[in-house]
Amino acid sequence: MEKDRVNIQRVIIIGGSAGSLEVLLEVLPQLKHDLKIPIILVMHRKATAESTLVNLLSSRTSICLKEAEEKEHIRNNCIYLAPADYHLLFEDDLSFSLDYSEKINYSRPSIDVSFESAAEVFKDNLVAILLSGANSDGTNGLREVQQRGGLSIVQDPATAEVSFMPRSAVDAKVADKTIAVTELANFINQL
Amino acid sequence: MEVKLNEEELGLLLNDLMEVHGYDFTSYAKASLRRRVNRLMSLDKFPSFAEFRYKIKSDSSYLKRFVEEITVNVTEMFRDPSFYAILRTKILPQLATKPFIRIWHAGCATGEEVYSMAILLQEAKLLNKSLLYATDINPDVLEEAQKGIFQLNYMKQYSENYVASGGREDFSSYYTANYDRVIFKDQLRSRMIFATHNLVSDSSFNEFQLIMCRNVLIYFDKDLQERVFTLFDNSLEPLGFLALGSKETLRFSAIESKFQQVKDQKIWKKIE
Repeated sequence: MEKDRVNIQRVIIIGGSAGSLEVLLEVLPQLKHDLKIPIILVMHRKATAESTLVNLLSSRTSICLKEAEEKEHIRNNCIYLAPADYHLLFEDDLSFSLDYSEKINYSRPSIDVSFESAAEVFKDNLVAILLSGANSDGTNGLREVQQRGGLSIVQDPATAEVSFMPRSAVDAKVADKTIAVTELANFINQL
Repeated sequence: MEVKLNEEELGLLLNDLMEVHGYDFTSYAKASLRRRVNRLMSLDKFPSFAEFRYKIKSDSSYLKRFVEEITVNVTEMFRDPSFYAILRTKILPQLATKPFIRIWHAGCATGEEVYSMAILLQEAKLLNKSLLYATDINPDVLEEAQKGIFQLNYMKQYSENYVASGGREDFSSYYTANYDRVIFKDQLRSRMIFATHNLVSDSSFNEFQLIMCRNVLIYFDKDLQERVFTLFDNSLEPLGFLALGSKETLRFSAIESKFQQVKDQKIWKKIE
């Protein structure tokens, strides 16, 4: 574990809301098994949704996929899902922190909260990807990612089932690049 | 651009709080703490960290606001209904055999869990022989908790939680509504004791059969978590219970071996 900790070069964080589950179900099976980097998923969902989403997502990939635990150290070649009804934050020692403070953008977990915290910790090693959704969560987070030197990617609104969320980021000019769903797995595999 | 703290500034601030005011936040988890401080500086429109720091050093009424805003006071009644269902069906029947029941709500914020517990005890006909000690670092939230007044618009959610936890009464029978507020019945409040207690610096003050501390430890670093576990261990009777939040655990702690986890629950029974 110590070794993985030192070796973390890049981190991908993906935020999504309505319409983004389908994107993940399509992208996950296409990811290469020996992905060298960690991926963190922050998905809006009902507070009561327990382990079903982890089970569903992990059935689509051979990469280890689990819920992020409080104080757990982030490892390469692992996909983490932010737990329902908590904000997910990042500590300087590259571990997860949970926070049950007020909802942001009517959401907990909030994508803005996780993107902003990840940007502070991972700076220019961060790649943040915002998917389909029906509110503007994520836009402020992407701005922070850019300001700290990270790469800000937005799902091409034309390919989003619900385009409000990616559209909001594009309109706010916080997207370095838009990517179609069909290109997403390839993009991640080449990072 | 908003003013944002860097690591060094956070260190200075934590040092001031300790030296000037005796509040020790140095063992809080940094990511959440930094976010709360940034949020407060932005809410209160401080143009620079220097001014924020000066205000905290010199204005004790602002310090009160700082402590209230930095600590997270978000809570709800019957949060995680399945947890309350287990309290109702598995834990309270074991406590019922005791002549007297003492429960500690550590970090109770505005008291929603304390009222939920009082309702459970009332329905199990145990309230009259119970005392609920509700503590928090923050005197202002305790004052709120003590009043038993909550916003009416939350009651729909709380009522649904209550029913999901196995409650069979009419939830609205526990309070009286007045405009946009409700006040909970005196009978529930009559068994509650509110007091400030800082988990960082204060020691054990009684022996309890049940300690509830849910979604408090996530804000502490590992060392402080460990210290608080020891405090709880020292404050629990043999065969007493410790209940944590849904993402918190006794696993890997030094006191783990003295406790047995209630199956699939965030509840541990002290077995030695």
